[in-house]
Amino acid sequence: MENQPIIEVENLTFQYPTSENEEANPVVLDNISFNVKEGEFVGIIGHNGSGKSTLAKLLNAINIPTEGTVKIKGMDTKDQDSIWDIRQTAGMVFQNPDNQLVATIVEDDVAFGPENLGVPPEEIRERVDQCLETVGMSEFKRSEPNHLSGGQKQRVAIAGILAMEPECIILDEPTAMLDPNGRKEVIKTVQKLNKEKNMTILHITHYMDELINADRIIVLDKGKIKLQGKPKEVFSQVDTLKSIGLDIPVMTNLTHELNELGYDLPDDLLSIEETANAICQLK
Amino acid sequence: MFENVTIGQYYPTNSFIHQLDPRIKILFTIVYIVMLFIINNIWGYIAAFVILIIMLVTSKIPISYTLKGLKAIIFIILITVTLNMFMTPGRVIWHWNFMQITAEGVENAISMAVRLVFLVVGTSLLTLTTSPIDLTDGLEFYLRHIPFVKNYAHELSMMMSIALRFIPTLMDETQKIMKAQKARGGQFDTGNLIDRAKAMVMILVPLFVSAFRRADELATAMEARCYRGGVGRTKMKQMILKRNDHIVLFLTVVMIVVLTATRFIPAPVLIK
Repeated sequence: MENQPIIEVENLTFQYPTSENEEANPVVLDNISFNVKEGEFVGIIGHNGSGKSTLAKLLNAINIPTEGTVKIKGMDTKDQDSIWDIRQTAGMVFQNPDNQLVATIVEDDVAFGPENLGVPPEEIRERVDQCLETVGMSEFKRSEPNHLSGGQKQRVAIAGILAMEPECIILDEPTAMLDPNGRKEVIKTVQKLNKEKNMTILHITHYMDELINADRIIVLDKGKIKLQGKPKEVFSQVDTLKSIGLDIPVMTNLTHELNELGYDLPDDLLSIEETANAICQLK
Repeated sequence: MFENVTIGQYYPTNSFIHQLDPRIKILFTIVYIVMLFIINNIWGYIAAFVILIIMLVTSKIPISYTLKGLKAIIFIILITVTLNMFMTPGRVIWHWNFMQITAEGVENAISMAVRLVFLVVGTSLLTLTTSPIDLTDGLEFYLRHIPFVKNYAHELSMMMSIALRFIPTLMDETQKIMKAQKARGGQFDTGNLIDRAKAMVMILVPLFVSAFRRADELATAMEARCYRGGVGRTKMKQMILKRNDHIVLFLTVVMIVVLTATRFIPAPVLIK
């Protein structure tokens, strides 16, 4: 079972059940299939209304597919009995840091998840201390959430999910409401989890530069998978990305425009150093 | 807006009282309140006063800060005193036209005022020395033992702690909405009472909309973290009675005995 994917999505279609007439309901996700393997860092990117947040809620059994299946570690989200196991296996971090912290003290909030799972008190204590250490928030464990910055709150939220010992973390636009520093903190934390703890990460965002280090990127547009592949492959498709209204990472944009002027640069450059080297080697 | 109200605020000083188990503090406070209405003569009031002073000193909270809480109830005290003084039948010691003051009236008025002051200071000491989260845990413990309520004990305390968590968030939000409405020409602090009340609508409506949205998102987040009510839930922080808690429990019993005993000491007649 080593190679069984943690997340399996097959022919997933989803409509919000807003009206009686099924035909009239807008199709938010249209026949989507993909897998995420253990330890993988997958980015999902899409414009507003592309269905990416809906997809996140489907993976956590908050929404149930209209058609097709979503399986987390082999458990079908349609199966009511495994709903709590699914939520424990695939922890979810939401967009608004204020609206997902439950307790008035940081450490109590991190303890909330394991408390719900019925973990013995001494073990919760250990998990809480360890998880706050992992996200670098140990010194704030006695603070009140409303005295923290957005990035710090979001790291507490991540610690709260980690304390449930999930195998996979789904982040639904965790940086959308943060300032640039907060974004950096959160992205660093997420990358650290993936590299050091071999945590499977599904990062949903509309900032492409956050996904430069991802193993794979899935581009969603109007409920369909538009592109899929390694960051360099995806980002080199500048025209497609622009046509669906996504911002291209600065370096990719630069090389693309230079190439249009007649220079000959590789179209898969992402970091500043790579680009600088390539430009210096031009004849 | 709320700077002058000390009732319900927490003042951390890490004193002996602060470190007590919240359950013991709640029990002590309730017993103290009940005893205030059992004592009936000067010796009882003196004893209750001494107990209050001991609590005030050991709490290490500046006494002036604790007494600020009295400002909020000064009006209630005045009404009680006036009503008791003029309305109690008994030995008339002063009269003018239809108004009369009786000896019993004066005694009642003074004892009611003293009781109210002790009651407010005593209960504000509870909230001043106990963090809201501890207070909620303590209350949950007692709610679990009250018939009818006990099935909802967990839900009630969860509601209380979420309310406490969101008070600062919603206060910030109110400030933001006020600024946003001011920037659009909204006026809150001019005009008569009705105008001002009407102006509140433009703050309250957005605030409510946002509160509902927050509630919805919070509920989703809680479900995503496997929250399914109080059944099968554990708690990281266990409340365990320590040595000091047992001492205070014993002192509570002593207080009951001493204050009840004062009823049997003959009191001097103070007003001839």
